[in-house]
Amino acid sequence: MHLAEPSMSSEKERRFAGPRRGQLVFALGFIAISGLLIVQIGVQTVWVDGVRLAAQPRFWPAVGLGLMVAMAGLHLWRLPWRRVTRFDRTEALRWLMVLEYCAWFMAYVLLVPILGYLPVTLIFVSALAWRMGYRSRGMMAISALFAISVVVIFKSLLSVRIPGGAIYEYLPGALRSFAILNL
Amino acid sequence: MELIADSLAILARWDVALALLVGSVGGVLIGAIPGVGPAVAIAILLPATFSMDPIVGLTVLLGIYGSSMYGGAIPAILINTPGTAVNALTTYDGYPMTTRGEPRRALSLAYSASFFGGIFSVICLILFAPVLARIAPLFGSREIFLAALLGIILVVVAHRGQTLIAAALAGFGIFVQSIGLEPVKYTQRYTFDQPFLSGGVDLIVVVLGLFALSQAFVLLTMEDEKTRLTRLRGGVFQGLRELARHPRIASVSAGFGVLMGMIPGVGEFTAQFMSYTYAQRTSKRPEDFGHGSSEGLIAAETANNAVPAAAMVPLLALGIPGEALTAMMLSVFYVHNVVPGPALFQNSMDFVVALYIALLILNVLVMVFLLVATKPLVQVVRIPNRFLGVCILTLSFVGVYSLRNSVTDCLMAAAFGILGYILKRLSMPIVPIILGMVLGGIMEVKLRAAMARVRAPLDFIDRPVAFILFCMIGVVLFIHIRRVLLDRREIREAEWQTKHRSTRFGGLMSRRKNSLLKARGKAVRARHSRSPRR
Repeated sequence: MHLAEPSMSSEKERRFAGPRRGQLVFALGFIAISGLLIVQIGVQTVWVDGVRLAAQPRFWPAVGLGLMVAMAGLHLWRLPWRRVTRFDRTEALRWLMVLEYCAWFMAYVLLVPILGYLPVTLIFVSALAWRMGYRSRGMMAISALFAISVVVIFKSLLSVRIPGGAIYEYLPGALRSFAILNL
Repeated sequence: MELIADSLAILARWDVALALLVGSVGGVLIGAIPGVGPAVAIAILLPATFSMDPIVGLTVLLGIYGSSMYGGAIPAILINTPGTAVNALTTYDGYPMTTRGEPRRALSLAYSASFFGGIFSVICLILFAPVLARIAPLFGSREIFLAALLGIILVVVAHRGQTLIAAALAGFGIFVQSIGLEPVKYTQRYTFDQPFLSGGVDLIVVVLGLFALSQAFVLLTMEDEKTRLTRLRGGVFQGLRELARHPRIASVSAGFGVLMGMIPGVGEFTAQFMSYTYAQRTSKRPEDFGHGSSEGLIAAETANNAVPAAAMVPLLALGIPGEALTAMMLSVFYVHNVVPGPALFQNSMDFVVALYIALLILNVLVMVFLLVATKPLVQVVRIPNRFLGVCILTLSFVGVYSLRNSVTDCLMAAAFGILGYILKRLSMPIVPIILGMVLGGIMEVKLRAAMARVRAPLDFIDRPVAFILFCMIGVVLFIHIRRVLLDRREIREAEWQTKHRSTRFGGLMSRRKNSLLKARGKAVRARHSRSPRR
């Protein structure tokens, strides 16, 4: 792998839909995963004797994976670029940056059944807004207001299925059942 | 008349009225915020609508779908940023009108054109419903399989220049829907002995990941944009008067919207492109297009708003969604055991017409709301991008977690969110994955049912509708292959024309050196020839 030399772009490159950065990495990754999956088809699906092809349990995974491998292979073949450049590597690192927000999201998911929907949403929205650089009092107040309205609309009014926090068990009688149902 | 009375009876409930109001106002708001869009909103609200009646849930979702494009025109016209993807063409003529000091005129015209498009399509479809009710029963298993196949092919070939990767992503969708316990022989498919994969991958988890979470990631990793709003002056009704001066463009554009909306996989973009081209070609002032032409604005907005009602046709009549938003709505039907398809048209025609009337009322509500509330509404474009990302991430949790209270669902949604983010960064299409999942499932069931009655391969197309669909697939593939070959020839010709020698400095000097040497050689030879011989 080496750096791409600065050169005039060809007609094929100019007509390519989308940016250049990351295309080759994505195509290679997609083919690698599709290839790994299709290799597993004998183990992960079964062939039932005496059943027509269209009704075979293996048929549709084979159609999907076949399309993935064949079309992504053709896509890679038709790509106007053959070398991974530093722009591709920067792009791949940018994809990894998203993992931070996935971690925020998963922390939110894991904490709701323990601390309860309202407290965790209040903390989550305010903390993430703070992390994104909105640190004024106004934005913090808007964050808190948004968190409360989300909980009220979805849990209290629309009765969406979100369990009450384990911490609510320690609340006294009537407040406990109110908190489990509404907060 | 009796049918319409029955349909009105279905709608005459307070919860439906509330759903209409929430759907219309919510849709406009969502459309007006650049970076949210109806797909994100519908994905988030989908699980919340499962506890409602089908008509209530569908009205909310349909309201968001139908009214978001009205809202999307606001930032497109005022700050040159389309609120939803389909408002991109609105910026061509809407924003130049704002820059020359006519934002109110542009907005009013966009609202009026959208209103006309919406009403025109609903009326067309109410009139067309009895014909559809006659055609729909002609669709058996093999016809529905072929229609779904046609839909998936159309979605793939519609992504010009990206057909190969769109087909690969549709294949990915087909693969994802096949994961889990297979319903006929009860064998496991690609579960890797993990219990959480036995039940399969839920469409809503994928939709929320690909649309909502990925959009949140996009917003969280981008910079906030500074927006400058123009003050709105002028009357709000002038658009209606101006629209009345262009009845031909408005009705042809709405017609394109209805036609394109009914064909799976084609949708708003093609409808807009065709109407805009038509309007430009037939205009007395084609040079104004792209520089604030009222005709251009009418063509774009009428066409895109005529699509939602028409897009419901393949969904309701055949159970085949033509694009991502109707694919999401399909899950609302399934949750309530209402199976859209020919039987729905035969047995519950009043339900179908009720949905169309709901769309009609919705358009009126949105128009009234916009005429009254545009001034405060434009302020929503000021919401900073990254804060919007925080909000979408918070709301996505409700969508995924409320489904089954499952942490693994959330983990899968996050993984699909990363995939969606990568696809968005690379400008690759997401819709083929969703349609691959939905249509792949339909094709699997229908092909299995159809093949049970087929002896020889040609029996599959021995019925007229099946034969027509088969021919249509052939024609679509032929047109696509021809276009690919023509494109390749064009590229080859263009490359040949622009072929040039290297412009590098070394190459330049080398060529110069050769010419110098040649000239020098000539001079030397000339001198020698002139010199007297010894």
